[in-house]
This record gives sequence, C-alpha cells and structure tokens, in this order.
Amino acid sequence: MTEHAEARAGAPNADVAAYAIRLGDDALILSQRLSEWTARSPEIEEDVALLNIALDLLGQARALLSYGGGFSGKSEDDLAYLREERSFTNVQLAELENGDFAVTMVRQLLFSAYQYELYRVLAGSTDAQLAAIAAKAIKEVAYHVEHSRTWVLRLGDGTQLSRERSQAALDAVWPFVHELFEDDALAERIAEHGVGPLPSALRDGWQATVLPVLAEATLTVPEDGWQPSGGRTGLHAQGFGYLLAELQHLHRSHPGASW
Amino acid sequence: MNDSPKDVVSDVLGVLHQLREVAADVPDPEIPVLTIADLGILREVRQGQDGHAEVVITPTYSGCPATEAIKADVLARTAAVDPAARVVIELAPAWTTDWITETGRRKLAEYGIAPPQPTRTVGLQLGRRIVSCPRCGSGDTEELSRFGSTPCKALRRCRACAEPFDEFKSL
Repeated sequence: MTEHAEARAGAPNADVAAYAIRLGDDALILSQRLSEWTARSPEIEEDVALLNIALDLLGQARALLSYGGGFSGKSEDDLAYLREERSFTNVQLAELENGDFAVTMVRQLLFSAYQYELYRVLAGSTDAQLAAIAAKAIKEVAYHVEHSRTWVLRLGDGTQLSRERSQAALDAVWPFVHELFEDDALAERIAEHGVGPLPSALRDGWQATVLPVLAEATLTVPEDGWQPSGGRTGLHAQGFGYLLAELQHLHRSHPGASW
Repeated sequence: MNDSPKDVVSDVLGVLHQLREVAADVPDPEIPVLTIADLGILREVRQGQDGHAEVVITPTYSGCPATEAIKADVLARTAAVDPAARVVIELAPAWTTDWITETGRRKLAEYGIAPPQPTRTVGLQLGRRIVSCPRCGSGDTEELSRFGSTPCKALRRCRACAEPFDEFKSL
C-alpha cells in the first residue's frame, strides 16, 4: 500500500483517516448484512450473486479501513473487530436489516447508486490512495447497480404480490437515503481540500440513476418525511448490536485467531 | 569486488529479468490455466528505493481472495532467485480485463471460459451483449447469473448446444 505521508493539498491526516473509515464502515457493514443471505437466497445463483457483492464490499472495506487506520497505527482488524458500536460511522442505510428479498434489493439499488456517484468523484481525489481505491471499486459497483436494477424492475413490474412487496420495501427504505447526502463539518473540510465530494452534491447524479429505474418498475417514490440520521456520529439502530456481535464474536473470543 | 559499474548494472538487470520470468509463470489459483502474466496483474519487476527487488502485482477485484495466495506463490518462487525480493500490491492504475493477453484469451476459450469483451469507458453497462459459446461457437447464449463462481466470472448457457459456461466479465 501507498505511503501515508503524501501531499493531499493540505487536508489534515486526522480528517482523511476519519473520512476513509467512514466510507470503509459503510462497505463493511453492508457486506456483513449481505452475507446473512448465505444459503437463504431465493435461488442458488442469487446466493452466489449476493455473496459476490458482499465480497466486493469487503474488499473495499479492507482497503479503506487499512488506509484510514494506518494513520494511527491501527489495522483493518483492529477497526473491524475491536471497536464498540458508537465508534462505527456507517450510514444507517448500510445496517438496515435485510427484510425480505425486495427490501434487500431496493436497499442495494439505492446504496450502490450512491456509491457509484461517490466513487466517480473520489477517483479524482487529491489523495492518491483514496483515488486508487475508488477507481478500482467503481467498476465493481457498476455491476452491483446493474444487478439490483434488474431485480427491482423484475419485482416491481412483476406480479401483484411482488409489486406490493417492492413498494413496501421502497417505503421502508426510502427515509434512510437522506442521510447519504447530509453534509457535516468533516465532509465540508474533506471537500474543501478536494479529497472527496460534498455528500449533498451527489444527490442529483444519484437521482438520475435511481428515479428512472423506480419509474420503470412502476413504483411510487415516497414523500420525503421522516429522515432518520446519526450514523456518521455513531448512532445506530437496535439491530446493529446483533450485527456487531456476529461480526466480532470470533475475534474477541479467540484473540489473534487466524487460518 | 572489482566489478565495474557497468557489470553491477547488468547484474541487477539480470536478476530482475530472472525474477520476472519466475513470477510470470505463477498460475492463477482460481483459473490455473492462466498465469499472472496472462492475466495482466503482474505489473512490474523493479528495484525498490532500498535496493531490494520488488515484484508489483495488482488485484483483479478489491476483495479477490486469490491475491493473498498469489503473493505467497510469487514469493515462494522468487526466493530461489533473490531471497530479499518483495511483493508489492498496487491498486493504481486499476486492473482491467483489457490487460489479459492474447495468449490468455486463447487459453481461457480453450478452457471453456468465454474471454472478456473489450471494456468501454467506465459507465453503467445497461445494454445487451452477444457472447459466443466457448464450446460450439454459437452466439445464441443467455445469461443465467451476472455473478459466477468467482468475482471475475458470470454464468451463461448456450441455447444451441445447451451447455452452461463461465464468462470472464469485462472490468
């Protein structure tokens, strides 16, 4: 991996580290959620697909957490396995429980389209390592968008039941998209130094991907009402503790375990 | 030692050349018919800033578990040439299937995996594509799953000969 002390147009190391960990947490936590589908998918090809997406996200998480942690001498394992719930800074969309298959696919479409916009800008980052990670990851994410798009179309514009469940999924997941585009002090400093995009600036591109898919899937975009937030400051929903327990149990019970 | 500077330079180049040769032959753990040189993930063999040789590889996918195995396999072979040689993993520039060599493409097809199509500029790929069956050559094939047995492959079926086959995804 690249050296840490490179010039990035003056952005403080602590900011770059926190930013990389933020994005790494998004990828790690959604990867963990998706892996819960192992052996439970509606068909074997889908099992393979969801786990491939989970693996891509895990790879992105490893690169981002290794980089972010490296500024303070922490490894990817230290960050993934040894932090408490309130130290994780992923958006709540990433940790949402899988629900039925429609919820998982709607969540994937909304999140992957966001990651696509994010990585597109990040690939031109003033930070060379973040640019490299993003340039690699965006190719993977393009496949995630395409895969979830295909399913949202098939289920939304499908049978009456699949349409009802897809609409219910969209209604349930939609409130969590607003947090993706929230600016805060860190995001503003990161954008100021050309390290990453301002989250609010990603919304138009995201909508240009997502809205036509939802329309073609005959789904109705919900009104913007409740806008849960707080993931970036360590606030998470009840299910997050259970997710962490499963993620961290082995490592904490058997420190240093490896194979 | 009475080596002239010229001899030292040619010695270093000779070692780097040998390192490249042994590293290039390392098979991909998932698709052993391909070497890492065929795949285009062996990027460079160079002298590092501290004078030690570095073999530079780049991962195919961010999360590809084969990367660790490849690193170990490369080190096992380079140790015989230069025990101090290192393997360095670099992400940039990002690997693309366009770097798979012509030999690599031929080997893939012979192995029963449809070679990747040329990539376009990065963008969402929403169109239809024609992928020929590596067994019978028919273009009448369908995608069963965008994601196959490894991150780099999709699963397809030939409508003409009815055989399923893997396709190396364009990346």
